[in-house]
Amino acid sequence: MDILNALVAFANFVLLPGMTYGCQLALGALGATLVYGILRFSNFAHGDTMAFGTMATILATWGLQAAGVSIAPLPTPLIALPFGFAATVLMVLATDRLVYRPYRNRKVASITLVMTSLGVMFVMGGLVRIFIGVDDRQFADGARFVFTAAQFRTWTGLGETVALRTAQVITIVATAVAVGWLHWFLTRTRTGKSMRAFSDNENLALLSGINPERVVMIVWVLSAMLATLAGVLYGLDKSFRPITYFQLLLPVFAAAVVGGLGNPLGAVPGGFVIAFSEVLFTYSFKKVASYLLPQGWQPEGLLQFLATDYKIAVSFAVLVLVLLFRPTGIFRGKTA
Amino acid sequence: MSQTTRNALLFLLVGALIVLTGLTQSWNAALTIVNMGLLSAIMALGVNIQWGYAGLYNVGTMGFIALGGLATVLVAMDPVPGAWQAGGLRILAALIFGGAVIAAAALLYRRLAGSLSGVLALAVLLVAGFVFYRWVLDPAVAAVEAINPALQGNIGGLGLPVLLSWPVGGLLAAGAGWLIGKTALGLRSDYLAIATLGIAEIVIAVMKNEEWLDRGVKNIVDIPRPVPYEIDLQANETFLSLVSALGANPASASAIAVKLLYAAMFLVVLLALIWLSNAALHSPWGRMMRAIRDNEVAAAAMGKDVTRRHLQIFVLGCAVLGIAGAMLATMESQLTPGAFQPMRYTFLIWVMVVVGGSGSNLGSVLGGFLIWYLWVQVEPWGTGLMRLATAGMADGSPLKHHLVESAAHMRLVVMGAILILMLRFRPQGLIPGK
Amino acid sequence: MSNPFLIGEAMRGGYGAADILNGCTIAVEKGEIAVIVGPNGAGKSTAMKAVFGMLRLRQGSVRLGGEDITRLQPQERVARGMAFVPQTENVFASMTVEENLEMGAFLRRDDFRSTMEQVYALFPVLRDKRRQAAGELSGGQRQQVAVGRALMTEPSVLLLDEPTAGVSPIVMDELFDRIIDVARTGVTVLMVEQNARQALEIADRGYVLVQGANRFTGTGRELLADPEVRSTFLGG
Repeated sequence: MDILNALVAFANFVLLPGMTYGCQLALGALGATLVYGILRFSNFAHGDTMAFGTMATILATWGLQAAGVSIAPLPTPLIALPFGFAATVLMVLATDRLVYRPYRNRKVASITLVMTSLGVMFVMGGLVRIFIGVDDRQFADGARFVFTAAQFRTWTGLGETVALRTAQVITIVATAVAVGWLHWFLTRTRTGKSMRAFSDNENLALLSGINPERVVMIVWVLSAMLATLAGVLYGLDKSFRPITYFQLLLPVFAAAVVGGLGNPLGAVPGGFVIAFSEVLFTYSFKKVASYLLPQGWQPEGLLQFLATDYKIAVSFAVLVLVLLFRPTGIFRGKTA
Repeated sequence: MSQTTRNALLFLLVGALIVLTGLTQSWNAALTIVNMGLLSAIMALGVNIQWGYAGLYNVGTMGFIALGGLATVLVAMDPVPGAWQAGGLRILAALIFGGAVIAAAALLYRRLAGSLSGVLALAVLLVAGFVFYRWVLDPAVAAVEAINPALQGNIGGLGLPVLLSWPVGGLLAAGAGWLIGKTALGLRSDYLAIATLGIAEIVIAVMKNEEWLDRGVKNIVDIPRPVPYEIDLQANETFLSLVSALGANPASASAIAVKLLYAAMFLVVLLALIWLSNAALHSPWGRMMRAIRDNEVAAAAMGKDVTRRHLQIFVLGCAVLGIAGAMLATMESQLTPGAFQPMRYTFLIWVMVVVGGSGSNLGSVLGGFLIWYLWVQVEPWGTGLMRLATAGMADGSPLKHHLVESAAHMRLVVMGAILILMLRFRPQGLIPGK
Repeated sequence: MSNPFLIGEAMRGGYGAADILNGCTIAVEKGEIAVIVGPNGAGKSTAMKAVFGMLRLRQGSVRLGGEDITRLQPQERVARGMAFVPQTENVFASMTVEENLEMGAFLRRDDFRSTMEQVYALFPVLRDKRRQAAGELSGGQRQQVAVGRALMTEPSVLLLDEPTAGVSPIVMDELFDRIIDVARTGVTVLMVEQNARQALEIADRGYVLVQGANRFTGTGRELLADPEVRSTFLGG
């Protein structure tokens, strides 16, 4: 039995990827859930908003690289982010002005807004593909690893090893900062509180003199920035491809629903629940088990619940279970 | 202008567009649009049954269409020799066992809900059931997939006539629809949307990965056809003499003949479905459905079992989608799970329904043709426009290349714009429903 | 009462084709309590919403301090010193008591801590619960939060739509006592009440509405003493 090696293998293949992915989903879900809380519809264009923001950031990155700007060992996209934010915020605000705002002052079923968001999804997806194409793109530069598998092995002398990639550290730090700031904003500032008030009770918020258009504008700005951040972090960690980002919509929604749709701070645990479910259910535990079980008990199979391609099925299964048994999400009432 | 004249004019317009394609491009291209238009119309009809009649928001269209396609493989392909003996039966046993475990778990959950021992028993049942299921399934799958993997590696089908797969595809999709409806129809509309979106992705994931079932991404090709092959037509004396009498080229004439045959079959199915759904709408059952759609609360208060009715209509709509899926696979005579994209097989269908007019069968047909026509034509138009716009740029410049290449994606933008504009300015669609 | 502080005069209007208000007049003097009572469907709440501008009037006018405010939006009337407490969903349930009060003061850019202290002084229980979510409080406490939120703008007029709906009789008495306290600070109070007898007991002025029109008008005491009002509307 070799607990240390088992732990290292687990950290390398489950813990680190799960945390990173969980952070990315959490940021995506935060954007979707904020919009739901204020505008009360599920924004199906959110995946493509992530793609749009990432695309804008990639284009800015290329520009910076061509100009010779670099912050190595950190990846250039980090300083391109403000451009991505700006472009996405403008795009989203323009969309709201042209597409959603006309619906605001007349009573319209939320499903009309959902369908409209499908139209927005088409347009944004199309624009992204026109600007940058459909191919898979790696845009991370700078140092790839904080420490490599080989380095870890020389330090520790263990059989198993773990590598820590720059993108993983950046994702976790950026998510902590973003979520911490958002929490502060929503619970400590007048504007943030007014958004929670609007989300809680729209009529009373109006009676209190809260300006709905301002709240809506701020929520779109936040949602666009969070979507961009989530998309860029996902792309740094893995790669950017428009169709993949569209497909992220489901786990992102799943995370938002698990955390309680409209409940911003539930999105974070929601993201982790979905990410770890996906990773755990599709990870082959053979290696970990081989360290933990006595000699002669080695498993024959892969000890994998589901093939890796069924990740999406896992997030969906969690989503359905939550919808069936706790439709308001598992964290309702604990936070705002 | 009366409603009827307007509708007739709209259909004439779409017809004229297609004829124009025939005159300017080729009749083969025009007929391809017609056939896909017919299939799109049926798909839109299926969505319209759910959305227009009952307000059920199903964005898992793609999954039900794909299941219909799977039916053609399971019905019409020849059985793979030895596959059933090697592991087919064992796979079947594993699947039945898996279903039984889930049913038992559901039962147990209802009995023991809440108590700690109940949760424990449930966990033990699910884990033990899963381990046993995999113990039965895995070797059988390996055995089946080992049979002639370059060409087969799946259990094959039943070797029955391919036309039989159309109703079977409908049944398969209806069965899946029943399972999903049973669990998800109580949810709020946008939750139902998220749930169906996920189901569709799972269906595609299964079809891409379960090679024993349909060879996954290796695709199934050469599904038997209900119509003659072009090659055979070109060798047929009667056909050749007919063609030469018309003064046509045998190669293109055979392609057109095959497409016409498909068109005729699709048209029969489409008309039958429209007739059936119109008959259903004007029956007492249909009146009740409309009453429920118009005021769910009042209908429930009058003792109508709304959830049950919704389930019925959901299953019916799924069945229509399944039929269309089977027809699609039959026409293409292949099943390529990787080709199922939600843009094309879910959201585009929705654009058709919204543009045509929700609640209107005629509208769905019009929307199916019109939107499919645009989907096909906007791509070359976009490219043509972009070539024109970039004509002044040096040939071989990377920017020009990129611009021309990406102009094809204009169609996504156009479809999105159409959807947004319709919802905003003409939410009732081109042919409003009653 | 020739030129009262707040008056909705000869108001006609409704939500659909049919009018709910048929020329009723509601007026209240500064620092007094006016109560609207009447049978179900008499248009009591509608009359109050009309005064607050949540209903577009077909005829009639609303004046506050002599100024015509008929055309103003509710938000604009809040800025003019009116505050409204809806009958239901009148607190931000997921937010703390203190945050509810802060939101009440949203339009104020000055220091509102002294106002908050006054509210806590008026409703001491809220001070103890100020870090709790308003949704977790009892019905009576929630109503106190709702009134407290409305008081945060330091309004000159407080409109209360059935403040005692669904609370126990003891809590109701307590709430009425608080409302009297509010009026003593100089705030004009207009409220709609289902509990007519108790409400008229604290009312300086009472309006009995029937089918959107004034049936009886008088001081609370007069109405309570009127045999016809007693037999028809107060259950004897």
